[in-house]
Amino acid sequence: MDPKPEALDRGDSRLRHDEGLLGAARAFFDRVRSGDLGMLPVLVGLVVISTVFSTLNPVFLAPNNLVNLLFDAATVGFISLGIVCVLMLGQIDLSVGSMSGLASAMIGVLWVNMGWPLPAAIAAALGFGALVGLLYGVLLNRFGMPSFVSTLAGLLALLGLQLYILGPTGSINLPYASVLVRFGQIYVMPDWLSYLLALLPGAVLVYTGLRTMARRRAANLSSPGLSVLLVKALVLTAALLFAAYYLNLGRGIPWMFGLFVALVLAMNYGLTRTQWGRSMFAVGGNAEAARRSGIDVRRVNVSAFMLCSTLAALGGILASARLASSSQQAGTGDVNLNAIAAAVIGGTSLFGGRGSAYSALLGILVIQAISNGLTLLNLSSSLRYMITGGVLAIAVIVDSLARQSRVSHGRA
Amino acid sequence: MTLISAEERGQPILRLRGVSKQFGAVSALADIELDIHPGEVVALVGDNGAGKSTLVKVLAGVHQPTSGTIEFMGKPVTLDSPSKALDLGIATVFQDLALCENLDVVANLFLGHELSPWRLDEVGMEVRAWTLLRELAARIPSVREPIASLSGGQRQTVAIARSLLLDPKIIMLDEPTAALGVAQTAEVLNLIERVRDRGLGVIIISHNMEDVRAVADRIVVLRLGRNNGTFPADTSNHELVAAITGATENSVSRRQARKQQEAQE
Repeated sequence: MDPKPEALDRGDSRLRHDEGLLGAARAFFDRVRSGDLGMLPVLVGLVVISTVFSTLNPVFLAPNNLVNLLFDAATVGFISLGIVCVLMLGQIDLSVGSMSGLASAMIGVLWVNMGWPLPAAIAAALGFGALVGLLYGVLLNRFGMPSFVSTLAGLLALLGLQLYILGPTGSINLPYASVLVRFGQIYVMPDWLSYLLALLPGAVLVYTGLRTMARRRAANLSSPGLSVLLVKALVLTAALLFAAYYLNLGRGIPWMFGLFVALVLAMNYGLTRTQWGRSMFAVGGNAEAARRSGIDVRRVNVSAFMLCSTLAALGGILASARLASSSQQAGTGDVNLNAIAAAVIGGTSLFGGRGSAYSALLGILVIQAISNGLTLLNLSSSLRYMITGGVLAIAVIVDSLARQSRVSHGRA
Repeated sequence: MTLISAEERGQPILRLRGVSKQFGAVSALADIELDIHPGEVVALVGDNGAGKSTLVKVLAGVHQPTSGTIEFMGKPVTLDSPSKALDLGIATVFQDLALCENLDVVANLFLGHELSPWRLDEVGMEVRAWTLLRELAARIPSVREPIASLSGGQRQTVAIARSLLLDPKIIMLDEPTAALGVAQTAEVLNLIERVRDRGLGVIIISHNMEDVRAVADRIVVLRLGRNNGTFPADTSNHELVAAITGATENSVSRRQARKQQEAQE
């Protein structure tokens, strides 16, 4: 009698069918209540931070300050993106700061002091990063050495290597006119390109959304509906266009930040749409179950550590470009904690098996906003460290509480 | 006892000879001999600690045997990793199910064997998942919920569905009906018979003698890590329990041994 056959996945009467915009909103509130916070802490954090700092110092929200913020955010952001990979497995890399410092020192020594061509120096630094990651992976796989310990050892060893190759002078200036330094300090996108790129995500969202809907309908599966998709795309496009417009009032969007976002998008694709990404989640959730499903857990471990160290090296190279110098201070101080805090604040769990590439992007914006705001208030680094430490502690508490809530709501 | 001889069954899919497994000083399995033929359901029964789950893990490539040979389709094989066993066509439903709680049902079903690895075919996997779960008469409201939100029985169904996904030659089910309701248990037993009729070998471990006798062609009893006899499906409960617990070892077996000796003299 029923003219429309029931969708394959809507047969169970116990399942509430969230349809249309209202349904999407209801599903969202359900998720938040059960501890699946997603992007919410970041959005709340950003609003609070910008309100507080712009009241204390109106310069904070000035376009050019935000452009500077994006330059700074990108360098640590690369490191944080790597941290997302290891956290996803429930592992950690505490040596990313030292690795980035060493990479920055390698650029100074190889390129400036020894006269290597720049691409070769960059390749060497990235390659060394990959080797260090491989070593951590092997230590974990062969000897069951907890990554907490192996990377803590790495923190010290890499820092020692950095000091050793920099030698007694301790600091090497990079030439201001070079492409690398200009990339780290000056290059911004032309206005028209930034608007075009701001339109792109919405368009891609609608395109892939429509294709998925068509495929799901053809396969007799339910789909979330057009209205939700369009609203999402509209909100996203409006937000990005406004951001582009506002930043273009200042110097514009840094190419370095563009590269960072491109890597975040690539990582997101890798984690959500490939077999490798699926096995990352599986190993982080239940390594033994993953092994029994035929996943090569060792290879997954190695891939995560290699990506993490390589991205840390990339972050270090670009940090040296940003400062136009390779120094003993590079990668020390709060770099480590900022990178880890950013990933956790963005929603990647320290307990493994949960997270997304976007958490590096969103988290680093929060961390960098705090750091930038405190610098504008002329606060010393002692205070900045204390506040960043506090923020990390709060982020971990939120993560723990959300996890407990998810467990009790059956969504671990 | 009228057991069908090995010759009538054809070449065994799986043949174990003298398989032993030691965990330190403890010998969990000793000299296990086991043949599984195509289209045959073999029940492994035994008390707690008899070595059933260890044997399953050895065959699944989770543990490596200390000694002995395993032949698969007539060729000796080393099952040194779970993926090796899966690739050969040995699928296993583990007692602890081995599911990833943070992933949804579809992701768990296809874990390690996703469709189109570089661009996951989510729609294709979801359709296949529903078809498979329908076959098992599974009561799972949504395949897009994480496993953590499912009940024990639902999880067990997912684990069983996963073992069927790869078209295996032999399926091992470790306590497949332990957490299942009445209807689901019947479906699993039906499923075992269907799988057997397709010519697959099935190893089922269960403490439920009713289930065992309902589907098994042979019942292999393990006791303290050793073979303790093979029985046809119509063996009485009493006899099976005796073999499992070893309660008759003291009187009946000693008596039989003495009678044999007397006859020889």
